[in-house]
Amino acid sequence: MTQTIVIAEMNNNAVHPSTAELVSAAKTFGGEPTLVVPCTDASQAAGAAGMGAGNIIAAKSGAFAHYDASGWAAALDGVVPMGTIITGASPQSKDLAARLAARRNIPVVQDAVEIQGVNITSPVYSGKAMQTVSASGPVVISVRSNVFAPAEGGAMDHSVLDTDGNVATSVQEFMARASERLDVSEANIVISGGRGMGSPDNFSHLEAIADTIGAAVGASRAAVDTWETIPHSMQVGQTGKTVNPNLYIAVGISGAIQHLAGMRSSKYIVAINKDADAPIFQHADYGIVASWEEALPVLHQSLKGMMG
Amino acid sequence: MPNIIVLVKQVPDTNAKIVVSGDRVDLSTVKMVMSPYDEFAVETALLHKEAAGGEVTALTVGGAGAEKILKDAKAIGVDHIVRVDADGEMDSNALQTVIAQAVADLGAEVVYCGKSAADTGAGSTGPGVAERMGWASASNISSASFGDGVSVVMPSGNGNAQVSVPLPAVISCDKGSLKVRKPNVKGIMQAKRASVDVRPAEAPSSTVSIVNHALPPAKPAGKSYEGGAAAAEVAQLLRDEANVL
Ligand SMILES: Cc1cc2nc3c(=O)[nH]c(=O)nc-3n(C[C@H](O)[C@H](O)[C@H](O)COP(=O)(O)OP(=O)(O)OC[C@H]3O[C@@H](n4cnc5c(N)ncnc54)[C@H](O)[C@@H]3O)c2cc1C
Ligand SMILES: Nc1ncnc2c1ncn2[C@@H]1O[C@H](COP(=O)(O)O)[C@@H](O)[C@H]1O
Repeated sequence: MTQTIVIAEMNNNAVHPSTAELVSAAKTFGGEPTLVVPCTDASQAAGAAGMGAGNIIAAKSGAFAHYDASGWAAALDGVVPMGTIITGASPQSKDLAARLAARRNIPVVQDAVEIQGVNITSPVYSGKAMQTVSASGPVVISVRSNVFAPAEGGAMDHSVLDTDGNVATSVQEFMARASERLDVSEANIVISGGRGMGSPDNFSHLEAIADTIGAAVGASRAAVDTWETIPHSMQVGQTGKTVNPNLYIAVGISGAIQHLAGMRSSKYIVAINKDADAPIFQHADYGIVASWEEALPVLHQSLKGMMG
Repeated sequence: MPNIIVLVKQVPDTNAKIVVSGDRVDLSTVKMVMSPYDEFAVETALLHKEAAGGEVTALTVGGAGAEKILKDAKAIGVDHIVRVDADGEMDSNALQTVIAQAVADLGAEVVYCGKSAADTGAGSTGPGVAERMGWASASNISSASFGDGVSVVMPSGNGNAQVSVPLPAVISCDKGSLKVRKPNVKGIMQAKRASVDVRPAEAPSSTVSIVNHALPPAKPAGKSYEGGAAAAEVAQLLRDEANVL
């Protein structure tokens, strides 16, 4: 049996809770995975305690201050044991997964939603089909969040390994994000508006609900293309972001195939649309045929009551 | 003046219905097109040429059928079109080895590609080829400007950053705000006459192979309601049945 190694999912130099899901995915291969934390300061690895790993390595390097694909891959290659490697499936982690695999001349399999023995399943054709592959040697696998239950227990302490990699690119300027709101690709709940919202100002109704339940606000392409104040960073779909939240609420969105491509794997889907024949209803767990003007105030009121 | 390569891949039209017959996706009746993000890669490559000079080569790895998208690229202005002849399954290791070899043979200072192909959705090829070449890379860029290196806007942390990328590099392109140019009559005529430079592939054997394709599990029919008042009940169910609040 080859060893499995998990690269911790990092967010602002902190171990992201979804890392525990990656450990759980790694455990499907049997044995006790090693969890490697890319950090600039070994204390950042404390956040990886109790996530189910057999042992934890703080991989410490100045290269990890900002993401640079070549620097990160080189620095990790120096400390990650040989074997099958598991990463998260955020855009940055998929990029890193591909770099690490190429560095070791092994294949990479992206966006795994199921692992059974050596068989790995991922969505292909924008989620219109599922593909299962089998790996006859070590691979790098990026694993989607919200699929595996988080692992618990295991190692509490970490050992520290210094490492380095040459950073190739340099950041000239961080640009303020369009808003201080949560990004759709990070959120467990997403509420999106489409052209049916009628005007960009009406997105304030979505924002109010988002604030109540800790959701991010997304949009269809029609909304982004029609209204300048709805930035492309909010777009969900084939040419926007792919989201995989526990709950996706689509308001005034018809459910075009390109929109579905970005959100169909959401665990629960709620649709609010005044047209009973809108295709989005075929994908909704809870469909409400009503105008948003009618439904959103009720929804907001009820959610406020529940969140207390 | 830089030699610029742009990677293009043929994929099913994203509007097409995907059919699985037996245990494999059946693409025999599906219209094939250039992968959508590759259109932005071609546009960025042409903008680079317009800013800095040089020549643009569009490169694909695939069977003879894939030459159509090379002609499409030619029609909107690339200088050369190259197909590395390989039909059939390759894992990322085999494919990237073949692409890296072709890039080395052709010679280039910069390679543009799509952020992910519409069929795989992977986003592996750009960073993987860069690693094999020992080059810098930047992924999912939404805009680029050209000087000594390339300065790009790309996601960073929880926002975006302006990042300078030294050449040589592989740069993968997201949609951004680019409008991609359309072919004109002259371009289409030129593309018709253009010949494709076909080269053999030498791929290492794949260690990841496809077991099967299946349609996504059908969702059980959801509950549906009429009228906005039902939103109150749905909110309850989200908490008590779905457990997502
Ligand atoms: C190559 C390509 C890529 C694309 N990529 C994307 C992508 O990434 N993301 C994306 O979203 N789209 C994408 N599209 C566009 C997609 O095909 C649709 O045009 C788009 O998703 C439609 O957006 P919509 O549902 O907001 O608008 P519409 O289709 O216009 O639907 C509006 C809906 O709102 C409903 N409505 C109207 N008024 C109300 C009201 N008062 N209350 C409730 N409901 C109301 C209507 O019944 C209707 O169903 C892409 C298209 C192409 C060709
Ligand atoms: N067979 C191929 N031939 C040429 N370019 C490819 C091929 N496969 C992938 N690419 C390029 O790499 C990008 C990302 O593909 P992928 O890694 O499969 O998501 C695509 O958008 C193309 O630009």
